[in-house]
Amino acid sequence: MSAWLVEVFEALFALALAPGLVGLIRWIKARMQSRLGPPPWQPYRELRKLLHKEVVVSDNASWLFRFAPYAVSASTLAIAFLVPLIVVPRRFDMIGDLFVVVYLLLLGTFWLALAGLDPGSAFGGMGASRDVTVAALAEPSTATAIFSLALGAGSTNLGAIVVATLNDPRTVLTPGHLLAFAALFVVALAETGRLPVDNPATHLELTMIHEAMILEYSGRYLALLEWASGLKLFLFLSLLANLFFPWGIAQTMTPAALAWALAVLVLKLVILAVVLAVIETRVAKLRLFRVPELLTASFVLALLAITSSFLLR
Amino acid sequence: MDMTLLSGLLAALIICYLAGALCALLAGDLYGRMLAAAGAVLGALATVGLGIAALSTGAPFSAIFNFLPFGGCALRIDGLSAPFLILTGLVGAASAIYGYGYSAAYEHVYSLRRLGALFNLLLLSLALQVMADNVVTFLFLWEIMSLLAYLLVLTEHREPAAIRAANWYMAISHIGFAALLAMFLLLAGGDLTAAFDTLRANAPSLPDRDLIFLLALLGFGAKAGLIPLHVWLPMAHPVAPSHVSALMSGVVIKMGVYGFCRVVLDLLGAGPPWWGGLVLAVGIASALFGVLYALMEHDLKRLLAYHSVENIGIIFIGIGAGLMFQSYGLLTLAALGFVAALYHALNHACFKGLLFLGAGSVLHATFTRNMEAMGGLIKKMPRTALAFLIGSASISALPPLNGFASEWLVFQTLLGGSHIPEPRVALMMPVAVALLALTGGLAMACFVKAFGITFLAIPRSKAAEQAHESPASMQTGMGILAVACVVLGLIPFFIVPVFGRALAGLGKLPWDTARFTLALPLDIPGAVGSMSSPLLAAGLLILLAAIPLALRLAGADRRTRLGHTWGCGRIGQTPRMQYTATAFAEPLRRVFAELYRPTQDLSIDFHPESKYFVQSIEYQSEIHPWFEKLLYQPLIGIFQKTADRVRWIQAGWLGLYLAYILFALIALLVFAGWLP
Amino acid sequence: MQLFTKMWEVGIVTEPLAAECAALELARQVETKTKKLLGRAVAIRQVDAGSCNGCELEITGLTSPVYDLERFGLHFVASPRHADMLLVTGPVTRNMEVPLCKTYEATPAPKIVVAVGDCAQTCGVFKGSYAIAGSVDTVIPVDVFVRGCPPEPADILRGILAALDRFPL
Repeated sequence: MSAWLVEVFEALFALALAPGLVGLIRWIKARMQSRLGPPPWQPYRELRKLLHKEVVVSDNASWLFRFAPYAVSASTLAIAFLVPLIVVPRRFDMIGDLFVVVYLLLLGTFWLALAGLDPGSAFGGMGASRDVTVAALAEPSTATAIFSLALGAGSTNLGAIVVATLNDPRTVLTPGHLLAFAALFVVALAETGRLPVDNPATHLELTMIHEAMILEYSGRYLALLEWASGLKLFLFLSLLANLFFPWGIAQTMTPAALAWALAVLVLKLVILAVVLAVIETRVAKLRLFRVPELLTASFVLALLAITSSFLLR
Repeated sequence: MDMTLLSGLLAALIICYLAGALCALLAGDLYGRMLAAAGAVLGALATVGLGIAALSTGAPFSAIFNFLPFGGCALRIDGLSAPFLILTGLVGAASAIYGYGYSAAYEHVYSLRRLGALFNLLLLSLALQVMADNVVTFLFLWEIMSLLAYLLVLTEHREPAAIRAANWYMAISHIGFAALLAMFLLLAGGDLTAAFDTLRANAPSLPDRDLIFLLALLGFGAKAGLIPLHVWLPMAHPVAPSHVSALMSGVVIKMGVYGFCRVVLDLLGAGPPWWGGLVLAVGIASALFGVLYALMEHDLKRLLAYHSVENIGIIFIGIGAGLMFQSYGLLTLAALGFVAALYHALNHACFKGLLFLGAGSVLHATFTRNMEAMGGLIKKMPRTALAFLIGSASISALPPLNGFASEWLVFQTLLGGSHIPEPRVALMMPVAVALLALTGGLAMACFVKAFGITFLAIPRSKAAEQAHESPASMQTGMGILAVACVVLGLIPFFIVPVFGRALAGLGKLPWDTARFTLALPLDIPGAVGSMSSPLLAAGLLILLAAIPLALRLAGADRRTRLGHTWGCGRIGQTPRMQYTATAFAEPLRRVFAELYRPTQDLSIDFHPESKYFVQSIEYQSEIHPWFEKLLYQPLIGIFQKTADRVRWIQAGWLGLYLAYILFALIALLVFAGWLP
Repeated sequence: MQLFTKMWEVGIVTEPLAAECAALELARQVETKTKKLLGRAVAIRQVDAGSCNGCELEITGLTSPVYDLERFGLHFVASPRHADMLLVTGPVTRNMEVPLCKTYEATPAPKIVVAVGDCAQTCGVFKGSYAIAGSVDTVIPVDVFVRGCPPEPADILRGILAALDRFPL
């Protein structure tokens, strides 16, 4: 019973920290741009403000527009329960594995794209079209990377993969593992809408992918969508950190181990946040029709990962 | 198993279908429609009952029906037939109820008697097809089924598109039939009255098993719609009446799957790995090309037809993986592959049937299949929109619906490829996984487009503005399949063991640990992961309820105001300011331009006085599936040229034709006499 | 690598905001509730109601490292649905009158309007032209005027903060 509670707490912890991660990345980017920037807890203020604002809904929109933010948040939050954050082995493993996670992400994309089309604005349609393109093209790399991980661990369940890596630390340095990490990192950039695929801070609608779909949202709906997007980033980075470099994660339920696992997770996320901020400052956004080239490169990396896993078995 | 129950259900279904057909022929109006639909529904329910009764014995079995020794006809029901009976009955019942309301539009335009009778007879032939137990019965029913489907495609016989589609359907059906005839001749050693039992016994010792396998793939692939024999699908399914399209896409093409499984899995037995590899490759190609061409369509029913090609590809991926594992002796994984394929066949029948019925409702309301003329239908037809949404989410393999459950199983099967001893062969599996994932993503993109452009935003034409909700019978038909989609998605833990048990014994597939666990994870021997659909669905529902509650507790502001769509402050909004279906698919069209090879025509009319002023610009871009151009047009050209050359034989003189017959007869007698 | 060495050398160049209020004029009191809600996180939508773009150039300076409006929790957004504050420039031309109204309507309550530049308050040099519909406060309610042609970025920043009651007026 307490094991379930700990895992529920993990998901709530992810929910609570996600805006902080987004704020941290923004803060680092600001400092790298030679300015002071907002404090790392700024997204929390923004979310609080959004919750108390009025909602304006287009008269062309249907029930789908009002339902979509809940669907997107629910599917992203469901992923939070499946990703190993603090403790393994996981009781929630039996509910879903990596394929469930991937398809829950697609569920979120599906609803958000429909919500972009609903009000009948051209921006929403454009954002929806681009978002589903990027999501579809990121699928092969994700699936192949999952295969490569499952090959090593003998299971597609996330907790099992982490346990397998912990039991055999030498797998971390195998080429298959590292190539799969690189492939999944590019997929993470694409799925969470970061540079070089999509600029989260852009104001030019013609350059937007994710932002374009939420242009019609306001108030509490916008708060839910922004939170879900931050949570998605948090979960992707945690997945990258814990699947590939799982040390520090608690394998027993003692409070000391759990606290240590929490601290190590935060440290890993801070490192990944710095890496992400540096990449975002260094690269320019890719033209939309060059994003498939990037995703193909990621797929090739994933294929190399799986080939080397097969050959080196 | 209780033979009387099974025989009774079989008799019931035959009687109901025949009665329905008879009533349709006798009374062409409202009563005829009602009675035909009633006959079809009752027959379909009997079919489902038969299938469920067969599956519920709990052990591999087969039951022979002896009360129909109709000129060498033999019927037997076994584990492989039962799932197909269930899907035939389910889609048949829903289509029949739907058809009652839908065919009202044909009154006084096309023959309702014909439609009702043919519909009932088609359902009968489909039900009997999966129970055929000797070669003659199988081929006879196969041909009847193709003929009935052909006639149903020709329901709107004054439309040139329908005539063209029916011709192509007939041609490719018969190419397939020729292959099947050749295959059965080889399999039965020349004896077409042989029972399947004899074939099963003799098969291991046959010399040309590879040829039989290829002929089976050709013949059943033509019916199922595998690349490159799929060209009739996007032509025939759109022009048929919508409930017939649902039946054709949901059930008739599954007969190709059934036939292939029957011959290759059951009769022929295990073969070399390249069999599985070939089927896997053809499946992947069908899946990928099906979804790529579907993306570019803006005819709603053609889009759905191409998705049928895609899903048949996925089913054959499961079958191919199963065959491959079987040839390497990994029998548990092989069983998983076949179960995944059968489960996907059942799911596809449900969600594709639902989508076609939904498209039919849209067609009924707006009189057009062109997506670019639709929009805003979610407000005019809310229940149809909800049903179509459920169908779209299912076909996009989104959890926790049924498409996700079966695709998850197919992925788990392919992941088992790591156990294959040869690394070069095993590498096919990750490629298959990657391409299957790509197909799934593209399918989701396509259905966001299909649902979004058709139902959301503002109506793009007068027809869409004046749309109305479908009548109750059509809504009921869709509702049945929508509920089926949801329920089938929640019970994989039940279906997998049942199907596994049903397949046990065929081709020496084991299922020693068939477990029935309620609401617990799908724990399958051989699979590398676990997933629990009902718990996932419950979790999602809890979160969906918890989030608004949390917002309420956080004191979120509840004011909502209606405003205009933000368009940068423009004055007014016309439907032309929205995104179109072509525009939606454009990024993917550019990404896959090498595969599509679109043609582009740009003509600019300049002002006669100066080249700086333009009077008009016309841009036309078309995508012609290059199968037709590269494969079929040359073949058709050759045939036409040959036919032209041979035409001199037909001099138009009756005496000459009689002489031809006499010469042919003499030649045959001489030839027969010369044979040992 | 050159980029990173340059960043290290340059450091943080943001200038602290001095407390001068000569260019500001409070048009109407903003509700206390709004001020408290929007105090620390404000999304700004800039609307060009026919200006000569002189004010826009100054507003662009606000996002530069020197003036850095993000340090106060302000940031620009593309859609008025996301915005809490409208930053309006220019005398309102006849063509931009309806779009400005629509932008105001599209913004969810509570909202604040800051009008930037002399044109926004008095139509500036364009006063009396056939193409002008009126100053900004004749079209939508304005909370703070920032005078200047164009006003300095620091003045604009002070005006925005004054509307939020984070700057003494």
